[in-house]
Amino acid sequence: MNILVCISIVPDTTSKINFKNENTTFETDGVQFIINPNDEFGLTRAIWLQQSHGAKVTVVTVGDSSCEPILRKCLAIGADQAIRIDTVPKDGFQVVAYLTSLLENNKYDLIITGRESIDYNGGMVGGMLATKLKIPYLSNCIYLDIKDDNLNLEREFDGGKEKLTASLPIVIGSQKGLVEEKDLIIPNMRGIMQARQKPLEVFSPDQVESLTQDLNFEKPSEKGPVRLVDAENIDELIDLLENEAKVI
Amino acid sequence: MTVLVVIESELGQIKKNGLELASYGRKIANDQGITLTAVGFNIKDYDVLSKYGVDKLFNIETGEDIFFDVDRYSESIAKIVKKENTSLIIVSSSADGRYLGPVLSIKTESAYISNVVEVPSQYDPIQVKCSCFTNKAFKISKSLKNRTIISLLSNSFGLNEKASSLELINHNYENGTVNLKVNSVDKAQEKVSIADAQIVVSGGRGLKGPENWHLIEDLAEVLGAATACSKPVSDMGWRPHSEHVGQTGKPVASNLYIAVGVSGAIQHVAGINSSKVKVVINNDPEAPFFKSADYGIVGDAFDVIPRLTEKLKMRK
Ligand SMILES: Cc1cc2nc3c(=O)[nH]c(=O)nc-3n(C[C@H](O)[C@H](O)[C@H](O)COP(=O)(O)OP(=O)(O)OC[C@H]3O[C@@H](n4cnc5c(N)ncnc54)[C@H](O)[C@@H]3O)c2cc1C
Ligand SMILES: Nc1ncnc2c1ncn2[C@@H]1O[C@H](COP(=O)(O)O)[C@@H](O)[C@H]1O
Repeated sequence: MNILVCISIVPDTTSKINFKNENTTFETDGVQFIINPNDEFGLTRAIWLQQSHGAKVTVVTVGDSSCEPILRKCLAIGADQAIRIDTVPKDGFQVVAYLTSLLENNKYDLIITGRESIDYNGGMVGGMLATKLKIPYLSNCIYLDIKDDNLNLEREFDGGKEKLTASLPIVIGSQKGLVEEKDLIIPNMRGIMQARQKPLEVFSPDQVESLTQDLNFEKPSEKGPVRLVDAENIDELIDLLENEAKVI
Repeated sequence: MTVLVVIESELGQIKKNGLELASYGRKIANDQGITLTAVGFNIKDYDVLSKYGVDKLFNIETGEDIFFDVDRYSESIAKIVKKENTSLIIVSSSADGRYLGPVLSIKTESAYISNVVEVPSQYDPIQVKCSCFTNKAFKISKSLKNRTIISLLSNSFGLNEKASSLELINHNYENGTVNLKVNSVDKAQEKVSIADAQIVVSGGRGLKGPENWHLIEDLAEVLGAATACSKPVSDMGWRPHSEHVGQTGKPVASNLYIAVGVSGAIQHVAGINSSKVKVVINNDPEAPFFKSADYGIVGDAFDVIPRLTEKLKMRK
């Protein structure tokens, strides 16, 4: 079994978000980058399948050379090989187009994307990729089990979850629940040493069109100071919520 | 230009986000001087759409198949999009809406823009403001296609009544193209979901343990609110992970968000920041959450919350 885990590289969750060039470009100076948390859950699940099913795990990212340390980290976590498609994507559809061209020459049984990336929050790569490939997509995947070619899956939605069956190949959108936080693999020294020897291939793709263009960014307006109410004066809070904020 | 809104329903009843989508679509239709078309599945109470300005509804009966099937739903909607030559399709930002959007975008050759928070500032091509970096910023996105799908962030437009005369059209439920089958659904009984809720009550580590969660549940019950929690609370198994909100959990965009014993870490606040009004109850006056709150009480949750719940009960 061949598994492809798509890795989006995003600002660390504590990052302050700023823009430059008249608010047209995200300021990366001083920002620490990490594996998109949703992808990290998917990667861990893939490594378990490597252990239980002898699956071969490939990680891929569409991005420039600054992404390589993160790909090495994925290798240290346990991926067998890494691929970097050397371009900076303009939108999710472009990522899909580059991934599709990679898939023309490589077959994967299971493709894992994250439910969404926490930077642009598009939540689109998995669904678009699967639909282009004419294979099923399961978003918000919180359970996956493979027997032969058959899959048992669970999807979470607002206010519930559902059980599904499917067969390979498939694309899933992973998130917390697929594995738990405590299960995430932290690379050890041996993993880090081995990662240096593992293949990291770089492809230069032909340019493709994007479907959208980000014109500029803005930050939410500053809000005023909090209005504190005395703990002994709960009626005042209720009154404020009812008559000033009008939310209850 | 033509516009189509995808209306979600549950057991035949239109969801609140469906009415918000209709209100939003009506505004666009008015601005553009066009009619508003909607599509839905198994809708029974379609009359309410005539209160929210929908001119035409394609209602699709799915028969035995009662589950949301992204493949068949998108196939069916794609047929209507082609027939009506739709240029703007609006889906919700619910889990189902954001599941449908990207799949539909490939099937209808549309651009897709998610987390939209306003009416487009320009139509030809579509240019619209959306939330990004988990609510830490906004961006203006421009579509480069002549057909665009947008997912509207819930509670960002609100409800707006407008009478219309509704034409109802029954439409065919198309077959699927891939092998993915829902076998059973497990719905949290009678609970308001975080995505649908007007009010969310959230508890953090300050509540000390799962045995104290009745404080949160009782308060949520009097307010008709959904319950949520911080990440460590779900990591420790005090609450199911489906209640985890924040940057790596569920997003919250309610009208009122009440945080009890939550410190207000940047990852938590980012995910709930598009809520309109935030109330923080924390015994530490230095808790970072007070910086992003609208109202606050410095006090012990175990003392404040039961009294707040009691007062709200009496008010009813
Ligand atoms: C990659 C990453 C992603 C993350 N994503 C998320 C996310 O999506 N969502 C999320 O929530 N967190 C997330 N976090 C975790 C986040 O950084 C914080 O650790 C977390 O939000 C803290 O949870 P808490 O406020 O419940 O607990 P604490 O930080 O321990 O705060 C407890 C609060 O309760 C107060 N308190 C204590 N006793 C009482 C009392 N009796 N009455 C009233 N108040 C009391 C304390 O003053 C304190 O402010 C993430 C972290 C990382 C590294
Ligand atoms: N540049 C990228 N390279 C590889 N995979 C990506 C990239 N961007 C997004 N993805 C994948 O698509 C998922 C959803 O991303 P998005 O649609 O951007 O929210 C991510 O969790 C990744 O798995």
